[in-house]
Amino acid sequence: MSVPISSPATKSAAPGTIPPLFGLVLAGGRSTRMGRDKATLPYGDGTPQLERAVALLGRHAARVYVSVRRDQAADPLRARFAQIQDIHENIGPIAGLLAAQAQHPQSAWLVLACDLPLLDDASLAHLVSRRDAARTATAYRSSHDGLPEPLCAIYEPRSRESLSAWIGAGKECPRKFLSSADTALLDEPNPRALDNINTPTEYGAVTSAQTKRITVQYYALLREQAGRRDEALTTTAATPRELYAELAGRYPFSLAAEVLRVAINSEFGDWSAPLKDGDAVVFIPPVAGG
Amino acid sequence: MSVFRFSHTPVETRALNAQLADPACGGYASFEGWVRDSNEGQHVRHLEYEAFEALAVREGERIIAEAIARFGVAHAACVHRVGDLKVGELAVWVGVSAPHRDEAFRACRYIIDEVKQRVPIWKKEHYASGDSGWVNCERCAAPDPGAEAAGAHAHHDRR
Repeated sequence: MSVPISSPATKSAAPGTIPPLFGLVLAGGRSTRMGRDKATLPYGDGTPQLERAVALLGRHAARVYVSVRRDQAADPLRARFAQIQDIHENIGPIAGLLAAQAQHPQSAWLVLACDLPLLDDASLAHLVSRRDAARTATAYRSSHDGLPEPLCAIYEPRSRESLSAWIGAGKECPRKFLSSADTALLDEPNPRALDNINTPTEYGAVTSAQTKRITVQYYALLREQAGRRDEALTTTAATPRELYAELAGRYPFSLAAEVLRVAINSEFGDWSAPLKDGDAVVFIPPVAGG
Repeated sequence: MSVFRFSHTPVETRALNAQLADPACGGYASFEGWVRDSNEGQHVRHLEYEAFEALAVREGERIIAEAIARFGVAHAACVHRVGDLKVGELAVWVGVSAPHRDEAFRACRYIIDEVKQRVPIWKKEHYASGDSGWVNCERCAAPDPGAEAAGAHAHHDRR
């Protein structure tokens, strides 16, 4: 990370120091349009989106909290994480941020909605590396409408006062808040990263794009341990590395991925290359010809 | 015939030599790998070779092309056995013909070294004790750290 993290602020930050960056996943929504709790929706390898978002934030923030409504605190998924409960009701996502700022007023908050399954580590890293702590906030400019994206953005401690005033004036919209505030705006490196998924149709489109049919052939020790020469399977694994991890959960493979090579469509391939529908994959144990 | 191929039956080397004959060549070098009766202190009864043939042939052909380009030899070829082999049987044959002996020897050595290291072929040894094991695989098993930390993994070592 390129942003220096000072010690967790319990007293006023000294002039010139950059406030520490904490992470907040907003999981207090009502998922009305989805008809199911968006925090629990599985993506990729089947991990609930809330867990994925917490893990992603954890790579960029000194601490990560989950923002919940009071009546959600005991929810089994949400209860696994450090929580901050809303103080205000019915004011939308700003409620979560205000509660977090009340608890840690000297920290900046990297706020993340929990319906952004396409958000990638690089996009988050870019936001953090371009953070301008001298401004009120740092945010992406939407690739769709050019407006600030408020739910994947960094709010500096100085934003607390103006956010309170914004709510006090009866306004709720965090996007309009960022537009009116002194916000550093960045272009998105990945224009789909901030596509939020609100409806069952959108969810189906994302997950079916993540699902592919793959054939796997097994040789030598892996053939014996899998108990088969080949199989056709449906997977959400994005890369050969993820696919091997998935298969290693199903079969008693003794070989770590580090000692294997991978072939895709009968040519040596890259462990982190994206898998495509219809790919034929072979994991190659250490060879012993001659 | 491909310059790199697999044979599921015993290999007759005389026919293979003939395909490398060339009036411009005064040197011919070959290497034969035979099934040995012991490995690392264990008595070997017989061997099983298995290959991912689609990729192995591509990689093998690349090795032959590299040897020809690198050493300037006229012709080169390699045949590798798959299936069950008894002690003494020929497991791999490499042949190279060239105007002079030096480049033929060097190309031959290059081919066998690269084949052992890069081509997806696996060897299972069956021991007199009744045990068996996939060479280079058993000792890099994941749950046994420390056993073979810097082990003899054919992918990584340049032996």
